[in-house]
Amino acid sequence: MFLIILVGIFQSWSIALTIFNYCMISAVMTLGANIQWGYAGLINFGIMGYTALGGLAVVLVSVAPVPEAWNVGGVNMMTCLGIIILMIFSTRYILKNIQRSNKRNYLIAGIIIVGLILIKIIAGPAIEQIEAVDPAKTGFLGGLGLPVLFSWIVGGLFAAGLAFIVGKVALGLRADYLAIATLLIAEIVVSIIKHEDWLARGVKNVIGLKRPAPYEIDLQTSPWFINLVEKFHSAKLDLANSLSERQDILNQLVIDASSVYVKLCFAGLFLVVVIILLIITQKALYSPWGRMMRAIRDNEEAASAMGKNVVKQHLFIFILGSAIVGIAGAMMVTNDGLFTPGSYRPMRYTFVIWVMVIVGGTGNNFGAILGGFVVWFLWVEAAPIALFFINLFTAHLPETNEIKVHLINSAPYFRFLLVGIGLLLIMRFRPQGIIPEKIIKQ
Amino acid sequence: MDLINAVIVLLNYTIIPALTYGSQLALGAIFVTLIYGILRFANFATGDMMSFGTMFAVLLTYYFQSIGINFGFLPTALLTIPFAIFMMILYMLIIDQTVFKYYRIKKSPPVMLAMVSVGVMFVTQAIIRIIIGPTDRRFLDGEKFILKATEFKEMTGLVEGLTVKSTQMITIVVTIIVVAIMFWFLNKTKTGTSMRAYSDNEDLALLSGIDPKKVVLITWVIAGILATIGGILYGLDKSYRPFVYFNNMLPIFAAAIVGGIGNPYGAFFGGYVIAFAEIFLTYAYKRFLVYILPESLEPNSLMQLLSTDYKFAISFSILVIVLIFRPSGIFEGKRI
Repeated sequence: MFLIILVGIFQSWSIALTIFNYCMISAVMTLGANIQWGYAGLINFGIMGYTALGGLAVVLVSVAPVPEAWNVGGVNMMTCLGIIILMIFSTRYILKNIQRSNKRNYLIAGIIIVGLILIKIIAGPAIEQIEAVDPAKTGFLGGLGLPVLFSWIVGGLFAAGLAFIVGKVALGLRADYLAIATLLIAEIVVSIIKHEDWLARGVKNVIGLKRPAPYEIDLQTSPWFINLVEKFHSAKLDLANSLSERQDILNQLVIDASSVYVKLCFAGLFLVVVIILLIITQKALYSPWGRMMRAIRDNEEAASAMGKNVVKQHLFIFILGSAIVGIAGAMMVTNDGLFTPGSYRPMRYTFVIWVMVIVGGTGNNFGAILGGFVVWFLWVEAAPIALFFINLFTAHLPETNEIKVHLINSAPYFRFLLVGIGLLLIMRFRPQGIIPEKIIKQ
Repeated sequence: MDLINAVIVLLNYTIIPALTYGSQLALGAIFVTLIYGILRFANFATGDMMSFGTMFAVLLTYYFQSIGINFGFLPTALLTIPFAIFMMILYMLIIDQTVFKYYRIKKSPPVMLAMVSVGVMFVTQAIIRIIIGPTDRRFLDGEKFILKATEFKEMTGLVEGLTVKSTQMITIVVTIIVVAIMFWFLNKTKTGTSMRAYSDNEDLALLSGIDPKKVVLITWVIAGILATIGGILYGLDKSYRPFVYFNNMLPIFAAAIVGGIGNPYGAFFGGYVIAFAEIFLTYAYKRFLVYILPESLEPNSLMQLLSTDYKFAISFSILVIVLIFRPSGIFEGKRI
């Protein structure tokens, strides 16, 4: 917190607020991961996938629909959706009503293959037509045109849906298998989002998403805002000599202030989300349910001997944590105002988040939030810090020295070093994290 | 005649590339499996360790080229393999002593070690990027092709040409040699047997007087050799880029698990399963079918099952299917 204020003073308030907003988004992701790992001991390396789904939700909910695309291919795509739903229900029906046998396996395989062929035949031409509609701007079905805040909830639901499937498939696996399986499933999800252009334009990105906050341009022309800035900076403005000079300074100030104001709006919204989630998770952790989860984590056999349904609880908590990550994903896309499927990479969206969880403190919500703030701050500010130290240590070398130039050019990569060493040190000397788990005995 | 043409098309576009890619994956997968079987954790730094070894090969290749050493028609990089392996093993042993040893002695759960390997992954990635930078590098020299399409056409009089790149040949031959030596070592020598015993049952192995330090040391040495050679072969065939190596970790994991993690034979086989599945499912069969089918049946679409964008997704789907129906892998896992 203090460090972020320092950045505000030394670099600029706008940058400080950007970092602060991202810190809060990371904190929400960390809360989600912490619920899974800290409460229940489930290792989920698929955070990337849930984040991407949350982002997809923003596009599908808030973007205005593209009527031409719906006209060309809407019916076909809806038919495909119908076929998929039909496939799922018929498979369920078979699973329920026919005994386990080879016949059942063949039936299910048959349904899936027939369904896939049908989808390929029906969707193929429709996809081509949809993608051909004004490919530079749209070329996708668009969304529902609803308010963007609504999409945060939908993002959570999407992620929960994926988590349900993943949980059903993979939760029976041993811890390190589970880590790999979730990571790879997340990769599959991201690659689908990346390459199905009709859905969300794929790697062509969706830009100019709606915002829950006002736009800078509108602010700069609205009189109440200019008055506010005038009042705020009256001392500085009084120093100006002439009227025109005063106007110039004012314009500059208004432009700066508008971006800060927008970021403050986002910060306020995110803060509300973080506080709500924190209250809920804190209550849950110290409720009978939280105690049961800890019991399951610490000794599965004993918990199941006490009559607790371990499998069901694992699935439930997996869904819960993933949903929170999905909300964070939606928040992030809203904050950026653009959806870039190509940017979802395991490094940034899985491993860094995990470092946050471990560093902050597993099983402690405050620890998770602290981890989100500290690690994100390091991740962003590592390059300037590294640059400072490089300059300090190579001060005696001439400007043209090869090693110095090379080091300065590679300053951005010191973030990996910093985060990695931080993780190793914490794992070695304080494996429970900065703020360890607190267990209140009643 | 048409049939031969069809076979040549398949050979040229699917089988040879799949064998090459499969060999590269297989080396990586055996590396993962050895670490998993003997040191008992999933090593998330796999891709970056391979990248680390390759980095030295790239740098040394540039150095050798600058002082005028070359390897005739073979790539200079092959000359640098011993040095690169040496650096790789050195790095692995340093990491092992400073990081992994502590947790091994404390007998931490495997998840803990996997998390630690994530830390190692970050550090390795940083070192690589600081030393060599993130850009794409090609370091292949010497003869590019063993067999060119035009030569092949002249030789046989067929319509379709067959191209064999020298890197493909080198990859397959080197892989066979390395893997053969490794299996011989694991099965026939005393040290290899002790490694297998240690992997099967650690306590019993310790009781019968096997030195755990030696087993761990040998494991890292073999791992270093496999990682470096796998990395260099991949870099020669495609190109060297740190980010791509990090991503390759995922199909390598898939190969190791599909084959049955902990089982080197399984990993070797798994590499090819993944490679063949990826290439066969994304290949456009139009040209192949044009030769085989009568003219009336000729397809007008590309006859491609999935677009090549989904290459990675296929290997992961196979993994998911294997995990659901046979979690221990195709071969029984957890043995060495």
